[in-house]
Amino acid sequence: MSLTRRDVLKSVPGLVVGFGLSMPGVATAARFVADMAETTRTDQLRAGGVDAWLAIDAAGRVTIYSGKVELGTGVATALRQLAAGGLDVAFADTRLLQADTALTPDLGYTAGSKTLQSGGTQLAHAARLARAALIERAAARLGVAADTLTSANGHVVGHAASSAQRLSYAALIADGIDRPLAAELPAFAPAVHRGPVGQSIAREDIPAKIAGRFTYMQDLVVPGMWHGRVIRPPTTGAFSPDAARLIAIDASDLPEAAQVVRVGRFVGVVAPDEWQAMQAAERLRLAWDTTMTVPAGDALFPHLETLPATRDVIRDTGPAALGSDAHTATYHWPFQSHDSIGPSAAIADVSPDGVHIWSGTQGVYPLRAALVELLGRDDIRVSYVEASGCYGHNGADDAAADAALLSRAVGRPVRVQWSRADEHGWAPLGCAMRMRLGATLGNDGAITAWQFDNRTPTHLNRPAKQLGAASLLAGQLARDLVPDTRHVGGDRNTISGYDLKAEHIVVNWLANRDMPLRASALRTLGAIQNTFANESFMDELAHAAGRDPLAFRLAHLHEPRARRVLETVAHAAGWQAGESAPGTWQDDGARGRGMAQLTYENNAARVAAVVAVVVGTHGIRVTHAWVAHDCGPVVNPDGLRNQIEGNVIQAINRTLNEAITFDPYGITSLEWSAYPLADFAALPEIDITLIDRPDQPILGAGEATSAAIPAAIANAVHAACGLRLRTVPFKRGALMTARREHSA
Amino acid sequence: MTYRLIVNDTAHDIDAPGDMPLLYALRNHLDLKATRYGCGLAECGACAVFVGRDVRQSCVLPLAAVDGPVTTVEGLAPGDALSPVQQAFIDEQAAQCGYCISGMMIAATALLADTPDPDDAAIAAALTSNLCGCGTHVRIVRAIKRAARMQRQARNAT
Ligand code: FES
Ligand code: FES
Repeated sequence: MSLTRRDVLKSVPGLVVGFGLSMPGVATAARFVADMAETTRTDQLRAGGVDAWLAIDAAGRVTIYSGKVELGTGVATALRQLAAGGLDVAFADTRLLQADTALTPDLGYTAGSKTLQSGGTQLAHAARLARAALIERAAARLGVAADTLTSANGHVVGHAASSAQRLSYAALIADGIDRPLAAELPAFAPAVHRGPVGQSIAREDIPAKIAGRFTYMQDLVVPGMWHGRVIRPPTTGAFSPDAARLIAIDASDLPEAAQVVRVGRFVGVVAPDEWQAMQAAERLRLAWDTTMTVPAGDALFPHLETLPATRDVIRDTGPAALGSDAHTATYHWPFQSHDSIGPSAAIADVSPDGVHIWSGTQGVYPLRAALVELLGRDDIRVSYVEASGCYGHNGADDAAADAALLSRAVGRPVRVQWSRADEHGWAPLGCAMRMRLGATLGNDGAITAWQFDNRTPTHLNRPAKQLGAASLLAGQLARDLVPDTRHVGGDRNTISGYDLKAEHIVVNWLANRDMPLRASALRTLGAIQNTFANESFMDELAHAAGRDPLAFRLAHLHEPRARRVLETVAHAAGWQAGESAPGTWQDDGARGRGMAQLTYENNAARVAAVVAVVVGTHGIRVTHAWVAHDCGPVVNPDGLRNQIEGNVIQAINRTLNEAITFDPYGITSLEWSAYPLADFAALPEIDITLIDRPDQPILGAGEATSAAIPAAIANAVHAACGLRLRTVPFKRGALMTARREHSA
Repeated sequence: MTYRLIVNDTAHDIDAPGDMPLLYALRNHLDLKATRYGCGLAECGACAVFVGRDVRQSCVLPLAAVDGPVTTVEGLAPGDALSPVQQAFIDEQAAQCGYCISGMMIAATALLADTPDPDDAAIAAALTSNLCGCGTHVRIVRAIKRAARMQRQARNAT
C-alpha cells in the first residue's frame, strides 16, 4: 500500500510508450530510456494528451500504468490481454498498475463501460509501437532490414522459418539508450486479434478472492488507525439542507475511549476499536429540527411534474405537437439503489505532513480535487483500493470524505465503514424519471412522426473540482451545500436509433436543488429508463399497426450492426412471427416473450434481447433470456459473458423488484427485506450470442445489456396476458392492480 | 471478558465484550478478513461461517454465544490448498467483484456435506440467506454443481 513511483518504475533502463487512454490518436514515440522512473514524472506524463504509459523493463516485464481502476469486471485482465497481444509477449509477463494519484496519470473516471472503449484500442496501438521499436533496434543490432524480422513471444526473430536470428526483448532493452530510436514511427492500425486477445483468459484477481486472501477496501488496515462512524440526520437521504437542523448533541452516554466530531450538520464518532465506534454511534443522542422536504412515496411522479425544468431539444425534425390520432404512452422509473453487498468504506490519514486517502472511488483525481476544496489543502494523495462491486457513483467517495473530516479532527488515521442503513439511505441513487412518448402511424403501418419528452435530474453528481465539497455528502452536511451540476445522462438513448423521418425529442432537466433525494450515476445512466420507454413504445406501435414486433422494428431499423444483433437474437430464440399477440390472463401462469434492442449511447455496443416470462397471481417470473451482443472485437469471451450475465440478472431485478421507498421524512427502504435483491429461487436460463468484429474499434460492454432488458420484459408480459406495464418496478401488487383495472 | 475461540483449528483468547458479534473478533482481532460485513442484520450471508457443522451469520452471533469451533474461508482447506468448492468457483470464474463469494462458498460447503448431488431447488434453498449484488448467480450455481461432481468423483475414486 505504500508503493512509491520509484518502487514500481525503478531507475532501470526500459522501453516506454506514452499514449492517450482517454484521447484517441495520441501516442508518443516509443523511447528507450536509461531511467524509467525519471521518465514517468507527472509533468511528462501529461504532455500532449498522454495519460497512460506502457513500459517494458530490462527483464522483459510489461507494465501498464493507468488511472483506470478495476471494478470487479475483469477489465484489468482484458487490458493486459491487449498489451500482451500487441507486443507479442506472454500474458503472464504483463501487469497493470491501478489508480493512485501519486503513481498513475489522471484519467478521470472508470465510468460505465468506457474503459475498454476509450482505452483498449489506444493501448493496442501503443503496444504495436513498442513492438516496432524493438524490431527496429534488433535490425540495427543484426545489420539486417527491419522487414526481415518479426516477433515471437517476447523475442525478435527472423521471418524465415530457418532463421537463427533471435533476440529477446529483455536483451534489446538492457542495452540502454543508444539513440532516440523510433521517434518517427508511424502509428499502427490496431491488430488486436493476436496472442491472448480473443481468448478466455482466467481473471487474475479471482484465485485470491476465492482463497480469502484478497484485500478489499473494506478489509484494508492502516497502522494506527481508529474506527469512525457518521451519524446523519433522521431525514434519510433528503437532499435539501433545510430538511434537518442540528439542535443539540448529548454525548454523556459514550464509551470512554470514543470521541465526537462535529462540523456543521456532519457528526461522527471515532474510537480505537470498531465495535466501540459502533456502540458510540448508537449511544450518541442528537436532537434535530426537521422539515418535510420529500414528497410521500406515491406522490413522487406528480411531484416531478410540478418542478421547474430546463428544456433541451435533442432532435427537432418533426412536429412538436401531434394530432388526435396519435398513439401516446407515459412511462415511469423509480429511484433505485446501487446495492453493493459491501457498504462503502474508506480510510483517511490527515496529518501535518500530508493527507493520504484510500478509497474504492471510480476516479482518484476528481475525488482528490473535491477533497482539496473540502480540506483546504492540496498535499493530498488518493489511492484506489478495489471495493465491493461498483455499478456507478456509490458511497465510496462520500466515505472517503467522512474519513477525512474525522481523521483531521482526531489527528490519526481513521477508517469509516458505512452501515447497511447508511448505504441504502445515503449513497447516491439511480434517477427517477418520467418518459412520455407519442407517434403517428401511416396507412402502411409505418411511423410517420415520433415524439419523446422526459423529465430527469442530472445523472452525474460525482466529485469534481468545480463542485468541490458540494459533491461530497460530508461537504453537503458540513456546509449546507447542494451541488450545481452539469446536465448529464438523462439524454442517453433518448434517440431511439430507428430511421424516423420526423422526430421531436426533448429532455427536461430538473435541478438538484429541487430534487427530494440525491441521485447520480447508476449503471447505464438514463439509457435504461429511456430505452425502457422507447422499446416498450415500439412494441405498442407494432401492435397498433398490426405488425409483428420483430418485423416492425426491422422495417424501421437500417443500421447494419443493429439489424444483425436483432436478427441474431430472434434466430437464437426461435422467434415466430405473430407469437407476441397479446394472450389472456391465467391465474396459474400465462407465458409470453418480448424483445428489445438498442445501440448503447447511439454509437457503441449493439444489444438485442428476447425474454420469456410466466405471469400469474404469483407475479412475474423471467424464465429465459437470450442476448445478442456486438461490442466490436471480443477481447475475453468468458469475461464478456460474465458481464452480460450480471447485467441480465441485475436488470431483471431492477425491472421487477427495485424501488427506493420513502415518506416525507426520507428513505424508508434501509435494508434488503424492504429492497430485495435477486435471489436464487427463480434464475432464468441465459443464452448469449457474441458477435465478434475483429476489424472494428473496441466498444464498451460493461452495461449496455442492462438497458435492453426492462422493455423486453414489459413486452413479454403484454404478450403473455395482454397487460401493458409502464411503471417500474413490476411488483406483484402493481401487476394485480393492472389486472383489476384492465378487467374493470 | 476473555473468550476462548477455536478458529480454523487454532485456539485464540479474545479480549472483548461478550455482546460483540463474532464477525468483529474474526476480522479485527484475528485479522481473518475473508468473512465480510454486508448488513449486520442476518440478511446477506457475506459474514457466514461454520460454527461446528452449522452455518451461522457471524454478524449477529455474539461472541459469548459461540458454542463450537469456527471455520472460515481461510480454513476450508489446509495451508495453500483449495477445497473442491473453492476450486470449482475458480474453474467457473464464479465471481464478479467477489465480495459475496466467501459466504456463498460456506453455504455451498454446508450443502454438499449433506447433499452430494443437489438440484437447482436444493441449491436455491441453501442460498436463501446469501445475496449477490453483481448478478453472478448463474455462475455460482454452476460452480456448486461442478464442486458436487468433483466431490462425488473424489469419493468414488477412494
Ligand atoms: S453481514 Fe451478516 S448476514 Fe449480512
Ligand atoms: S460477485 Fe459481487 S456481490 Fe457477488
